[in-house]
Amino acid sequence: MRPDYVLKVLESGERVDGRKMDQFRDIKVETGIIQRAEGSARVKIGKTDVIVGVKMDLGEPFPDVPDMGVLRTGAEFTPIASPDFESGPPGEDATELARVVDRGVRESESIDLEKLCLKEGEKVWTVFVDVHIINHDGNLIDASALAAVAALKTAKMPKLEKDKIIRDKLEKKLPILHEPITVTVGKVSDKFIIDPIKEEEEVLDSKVSIAIREDGKICAMQKSGNLSLTVEDAEKMIDLAVKKSKDIRKFL
Amino acid sequence: MEETREIVIPGEILGDAKENKSSHGTYVEDGKIISKFLGISKKKGDYLSVIPLSGVYIPRREDRVIGFITSVEKVGWIVDINSPWEAFLSLSEAVDEFVDLKKVNITRYYDVGDVIYAQVVDTRRGDIQLSMNTPIARKLRNGVTINITPSKVPRLIGKEGSMINTIKEKTNTIIRVGQNGVVWISGEKIERAIKAIKMIDEKSHILGLTDEISKLLSD
Amino acid sequence: MVMKTKEKLIVKGKRLDGRKPDELREIEMKVGVIPNANGSAQVMFGNTVAVAGVYGPRTVHPRHLQEYDRAIIKCRYNMAPFSVEDRARPGPSRRSSEITKVTRLALEPALFLKDYPKTAIDVYIEILQADGSTRVTGINAASLALADAGVPMKDLVVALSGGKIDDTIIVDLCGKEDNYSEADIPCALMPRRKEITLLQMDGRLKPEEVKTIIKNVLKAGEEVYEKQKDALKKRYEK
Repeated sequence: MRPDYVLKVLESGERVDGRKMDQFRDIKVETGIIQRAEGSARVKIGKTDVIVGVKMDLGEPFPDVPDMGVLRTGAEFTPIASPDFESGPPGEDATELARVVDRGVRESESIDLEKLCLKEGEKVWTVFVDVHIINHDGNLIDASALAAVAALKTAKMPKLEKDKIIRDKLEKKLPILHEPITVTVGKVSDKFIIDPIKEEEEVLDSKVSIAIREDGKICAMQKSGNLSLTVEDAEKMIDLAVKKSKDIRKFL
Repeated sequence: MEETREIVIPGEILGDAKENKSSHGTYVEDGKIISKFLGISKKKGDYLSVIPLSGVYIPRREDRVIGFITSVEKVGWIVDINSPWEAFLSLSEAVDEFVDLKKVNITRYYDVGDVIYAQVVDTRRGDIQLSMNTPIARKLRNGVTINITPSKVPRLIGKEGSMINTIKEKTNTIIRVGQNGVVWISGEKIERAIKAIKMIDEKSHILGLTDEISKLLSD
Repeated sequence: MVMKTKEKLIVKGKRLDGRKPDELREIEMKVGVIPNANGSAQVMFGNTVAVAGVYGPRTVHPRHLQEYDRAIIKCRYNMAPFSVEDRARPGPSRRSSEITKVTRLALEPALFLKDYPKTAIDVYIEILQADGSTRVTGINAASLALADAGVPMKDLVVALSGGKIDDTIIVDLCGKEDNYSEADIPCALMPRRKEITLLQMDGRLKPEEVKTIIKNVLKAGEEVYEKQKDALKKRYEK
């Protein structure tokens, strides 16, 4: 579909797939799909399909927080998922997505990182959260963030026997304290939309991704797109994101 | 003439080369006629052929296609016809009158972004030539385009246009279908027409499709 | 790489996961899993999961790589960081580069490249979970994805690994068997004419043993072929 048509439909308050402006596509969440990873989840929002895998390893803590485990988030936009993705190291979009997902998990204090400390200043658990896009049809951030939290929530820690990791035996669950939900709100002329498909994303003026914790607190925000927002816009988008996050939370 | 249809896979043996003739979508090896595609096998008389169930558009002479002008050259335009190869529309095949290139900018005829309904006149691969020198050829304005799998185009059109005409009537639209899988729609209930067209693209192989489409359009 | 282990890998004719030497793991194949791709498939052999996506034939970028009389096929084999035991750094490695190359050579003979001059067919393989025999699982997925994309093929490409553990010849090596086997022999073939398009080996074996393994793999490959056929036909059933 040509961008001018998609734009025209949006400006008239409708969407090319018949959804309401604030309606999510069908969402499916499956956890534990990569059994050999410590945690995993596959999320489909419409045709967007992403997998997040959680792996754990021993490592050193950051010097400024010697008693806390380490969280590392990565994302791969491999060309299998879209003709727009190229091979090579992560570009700015993949890097941004990884950092936005990371921020949501980190700032919400989702993982109880203090419980991941084995020897202060020397040895801690490192939690790797890796996002792998399988099919890109828009709204990768919300799908990836949801998959990340679903994967972390169901992740189990490998057994530690005298400093050796035994992955075959997964024991306790990864200590999770909070569950952030990320909702991206897009703006096009004077309209706000939720869950844009790829063709809608291409005509948005700007968008804001907001991570909301289960207690209603906002933990992270990211605006992208090259047009500015008024303060009123920002407030409306925050309210909309908080409202919609309740719809998504039931999938966790 | 007997027509049998069955889903076959690449490498599947369809018949003996002594008793049958290899037609579109098949090849001959070791005296056997073999399918090249995942598709529907057809037998018409002696001829064994396979129609692929999916695949990119391969231009054929006389095909009518819908294309998008992507660049203006000195004596013509480059056109995207949803195929692995770009097509070229030469000035001489696009314009009847004499054009003085020193005085005239050819964008007055066609410019980047224009949508055209044209005919394929030459198909040396990698060098596809289009022409507007046919009565149906025209610029398509104020419409919407969507893509379907090229091999599904006959299904979308239907026997003697029955399927596409039904969609046009029920949605009050003008629809042009390119053999290259690009469909142009203009008119009233565009979204409903798009839904019907997409359904045919996704479910072309099932029985009872005509009824499902009628139901969708009658709502 | 062959690691030594005291553990017996075959006990009373049964392998670690209970299989007989010539038995395959549970196989699942699904065609048409990536809507954006022209063709795609997901294949699982036990815990090894590969997904393949085919884009094309399409124009070649950069242009100077195009061939005037045929399509070029480009491949990329990649492992997701969470697919292996110890999380892998994302990005290509020497191993994935080599597998990319042999995968391309395993698929190329089956394609009618001359039908699409000056174009490219891009095949992407992502390993989502690795438990041995990842390259052959990827090749099976790629074969299905190519057929699903409507690329004309002489035949499907069927792939399977063979090896020897505890003096017993086996097929379809899982991860642990891969690590401790006396040999790991991945193969790919065009099943109708039994023409081999991939043949590699790691290990130390007598020539006769190698030949036997190849024969066993070809025989067991018939079951893989049936699975591919079923998966393709199922794509269009309703």
